[in-house]
Amino acid sequence: MLLIKCPFCKNRNETEFVYGGPVGANRPDPTRASDEEWVDFLTMVPNPTGPVHERWWHARGCGEWFIICRDTVTHEILETPIEKS
Amino acid sequence: MKSHNRLKAGGRIDRSKRLSFNFNGKIYYGFEGDTLASAMLANGLNVISRSFKYHRPRGIIGSGVEDPASLVELLDEEASGNNLSTNVKLKEGLSAKSINCWPSVDFDFGAITQYFEKFIPAGFYYKTFKWPTWHLFEPLIRVAAGLANAPKMPPKSGHFESRNAHTDYLIIGAGPAGLLATLIAARSGANVFLVDQNTEAGGSLLSLNLSINKRPAMDWVDGVIKEISAMSNVTHLQDSTAWAYREHNLVVVNEREVENASIIERSWRIRAKKVIIATGAIERSLVFPNNDRPGVMLASAVQTFVSRYAVKPGENLVIFTNNDSVYSYIKDFKRAGINILAIVDSRKTIESDVLDYAADERVIPYSIIKNVNGYKKVNSVVVESFGDNGLEIISCDLLAHSGGWNPAVHLHSQSRGTVSFDEKIAAFIPDQYVQSAINIGACNGNFNLREIFDETKLFMLGQLSASKQMVYEEKLECNKQMYSIEALWSTDLLNEKNKAFFDIQNDVTHHDIQLALREGFSNIEHVKRYTTGGMGFDQGKTGNVNIIGAIADLEGIGLNDVGTTTFRSPFTPISFGSISGVREGAVVLPFRHTPVTKWNLEKGAFMYEAGARWRRPGYFPRDGESFQEAVNRECHAVRTGVGVYDGSPLGKFELKGENVGEFLDLIYTNMMSSLLPGNGRYGLMLTDDGLIFDDGVAFRIDQHRWFISTSSGHSDSVNQHMQKILAFDRPDLDVKITNITNQWNNATVCGPLARKLLQKLGTNIDLGNSSFPFMTFREGKIANIPARVIRVSFTGELSFEINVSPRNMLTLWEKIIKAGAEFDILPVGSEASHVLRVEKGFLSLGHEVDGTVDPYDLGMNWVMSKKKIDFIGKRSVHLRRSSGIVRRELVGLLPTNPDEAIPEGAPLTPKGKKVATEGFTTACVWSVVNNRWVGLALLENGHSRHGEEAYVRLKNKIIKAEITRPVFHDPDGKLLRS
Repeated sequence: MLLIKCPFCKNRNETEFVYGGPVGANRPDPTRASDEEWVDFLTMVPNPTGPVHERWWHARGCGEWFIICRDTVTHEILETPIEKS
Repeated sequence: MKSHNRLKAGGRIDRSKRLSFNFNGKIYYGFEGDTLASAMLANGLNVISRSFKYHRPRGIIGSGVEDPASLVELLDEEASGNNLSTNVKLKEGLSAKSINCWPSVDFDFGAITQYFEKFIPAGFYYKTFKWPTWHLFEPLIRVAAGLANAPKMPPKSGHFESRNAHTDYLIIGAGPAGLLATLIAARSGANVFLVDQNTEAGGSLLSLNLSINKRPAMDWVDGVIKEISAMSNVTHLQDSTAWAYREHNLVVVNEREVENASIIERSWRIRAKKVIIATGAIERSLVFPNNDRPGVMLASAVQTFVSRYAVKPGENLVIFTNNDSVYSYIKDFKRAGINILAIVDSRKTIESDVLDYAADERVIPYSIIKNVNGYKKVNSVVVESFGDNGLEIISCDLLAHSGGWNPAVHLHSQSRGTVSFDEKIAAFIPDQYVQSAINIGACNGNFNLREIFDETKLFMLGQLSASKQMVYEEKLECNKQMYSIEALWSTDLLNEKNKAFFDIQNDVTHHDIQLALREGFSNIEHVKRYTTGGMGFDQGKTGNVNIIGAIADLEGIGLNDVGTTTFRSPFTPISFGSISGVREGAVVLPFRHTPVTKWNLEKGAFMYEAGARWRRPGYFPRDGESFQEAVNRECHAVRTGVGVYDGSPLGKFELKGENVGEFLDLIYTNMMSSLLPGNGRYGLMLTDDGLIFDDGVAFRIDQHRWFISTSSGHSDSVNQHMQKILAFDRPDLDVKITNITNQWNNATVCGPLARKLLQKLGTNIDLGNSSFPFMTFREGKIANIPARVIRVSFTGELSFEINVSPRNMLTLWEKIIKAGAEFDILPVGSEASHVLRVEKGFLSLGHEVDGTVDPYDLGMNWVMSKKKIDFIGKRSVHLRRSSGIVRRELVGLLPTNPDEAIPEGAPLTPKGKKVATEGFTTACVWSVVNNRWVGLALLENGHSRHGEEAYVRLKNKIIKAEITRPVFHDPDGKLLRS
């Protein structure tokens, strides 16, 4: 069970969070993106063995969405969000 | 029965506390401090169980968690399935029985399988039980696979519990390394957890007669325990197994002897800044023909039974070894009165220091055990000496063997740490660390007490500041110990007919390993799965490394190249009760209730779980009434009079801020920002892949304040969806979302008489259709209760959704029921609601919306705004549709026979032929207004096929139905706007 640092609540158990997937490309402007660009945005999700930025939601806590960087091999959390209060 | 194998003196048992126990229906006696295994051995019980595959008689082999054979089933109050007798603490009245045998362990009918062994090699199951289908064999194999029976009932008394803890140091193992680490950490003032799986602390010191500071080593152990038990910063969990090492230094511990007797077991989830693994080492078997006969034991187990439990497992002993460790046991064996007939050592040369221990014994170097004779008990062994090529038969009743020591790297590996093969000790030792942990002592490959203490001190003092180091100044003087080994993964078995077991628990022999390699399964993970070697209860604690070694020998590669299989949790079997703690029954996933739940139950409602754990009434049957009669009655009330249902579970959110309109335009397909205060609109939410995600209504309260509703089962995911967009995609928008699902309850009054009923209840709201039209809301009082009344309709009839605060909900409900009596009002359950919405062709998540449809498929072109440049899902809907792929579209179905129902989910195929489906029935109900069955379906190109026939293909028949518009009542929606 991961120990995840919420910007408000600090270190909390993984069971309090909902995983929001890895951070992919930003949503392109749908009026300008080509079909290929749009499909890539929807389907090309980062899935590395190693560090990946990913979104987590403190659903059973303060309700904050935030981004951490986690190593998918070791589970080491390499970057945590800036603390808020 | 006389305990004829019990020594007169010695051991860590309390001879003043005699305990009786029952094994296979007979009463025996043991002492406080015994395990079930030591007590059985003391009573001369040789055959404890029958083996898994060949039903060979098996006795006790190890003395602790490593034992692969002595499984028993515990009965009565302690009832539980597979327990290692070496792990079961003896208690007064304990009752146990053998497993895997019928009618008894002494005469086992299943033993007949050993005569068919040629026909059941490794992979036999995979190759055989698949014709004509695996399901034919499954029930029988399931019975055979489980070994013991699972208890039929939960324990009668007591409960399980879970606790969380955080600590500076978690020390796993109370052997010499763990205890010294605990002492140093504890004296420094740090928070310390000490966990040990044994019934008492001491680890190897419990069994080895060593000395520390010229006194028995156990005196030092007792001193440490006494000191730390007085310290408030130390939590000492004895008889507790650290069975899982998870991410971020979380270790799960199963505590079996809890101070509160009403707690059966307690599960600890401990997060430590530093985990100190001091789990010791586990002795490895030697592999030779018939190495599973009762009376063939691990040498360390014999030593433990003799010196810790004062039990003599045999009179005439032969020792077989490839390393030095057994030589130090000789003086204890002799003191116990055991005749040592020979020490068979596979090594050519043995250090003279080591041989000094065996000065009076017959040591046969460069020799092996060629075979073991005896069926239920060893009666002789055949020794082959390579020096003179001679064979010798030695009569004996006990064979102790040692293949060396494997550091217990299980937890280290679970922490994702790596291991490497160390040639010097011929074993895998910890290599790289991934988490904040350290291995010390035997689990780090260090088998010498003096060096273990030095290593532990060096590490622990290095952890502390100088001032805290001062607290620990003790010197520890101890005996000299030696260890050297020459690996012997098995004796030469290439042409051996007798079975030699690598994995005794799963009956995996050298034949199986050779077969796996012959058939191309050379990867260690494949060998494991093909032969089942290293699976099961003991997870190959004594045998796995021999399998790795045997593969290396047969393939001509190094052990590091073979690698190890994955070490998984649990380290030892753990009860389900301990894992779940107090979360059992209804507490695992509690139901959600509304203020009306109790009323519903009192009125005899049949309750369902209706998404998101909401418990809702399905229907309200009257005496003698069938399901269909009850549902028809409720539908009839709504269509002709008035009904009321509890809409409280509906997801509800309030949105505030400058940009709510813009935000709603983004997440809904249609235009919301143009709404005027007091007005609302039905809308669909899509995901960006262009599929329907949820539906609901949005109402504007004032310039910057709105509320929306979502489907009951989806409100959490809609909340997540909205919050995520605001956090990452549109942080520029000023929108604050509050979940008000539980702050507003509602009673929805629906039917042609709904307005009359509200007037009777009394209200300050003008209910006239022109002043309070469809899709508006008004705030005011209903029956003197403050309410927000919304004109929406999920039934197709005139409806008022009366939202009130939860504390007023039941009052409102009861007033509605009372005032409605003169209109024959009925409470309406979810079954009738389902019928009413199908009659109208309103979509339902999980029925028509199954994650594959877009709004056009449902004929809801009007909901897709053409004015908005963008909304979530727009691009993808049009991209997908531009490909011209045939879509399944929503249609109505009228069965040709009006009295014939179509099962929901039933497939539609072209002409009812046995070909690929062209759609499926999403719903089918008895329509009260049409007096017939009506259905909805998603059908390929359905919109252009109205009037044609569809064919529902069932297993035994084909149902014909007419394809229609998906609406069977009030197609123009006049009633709901009335």
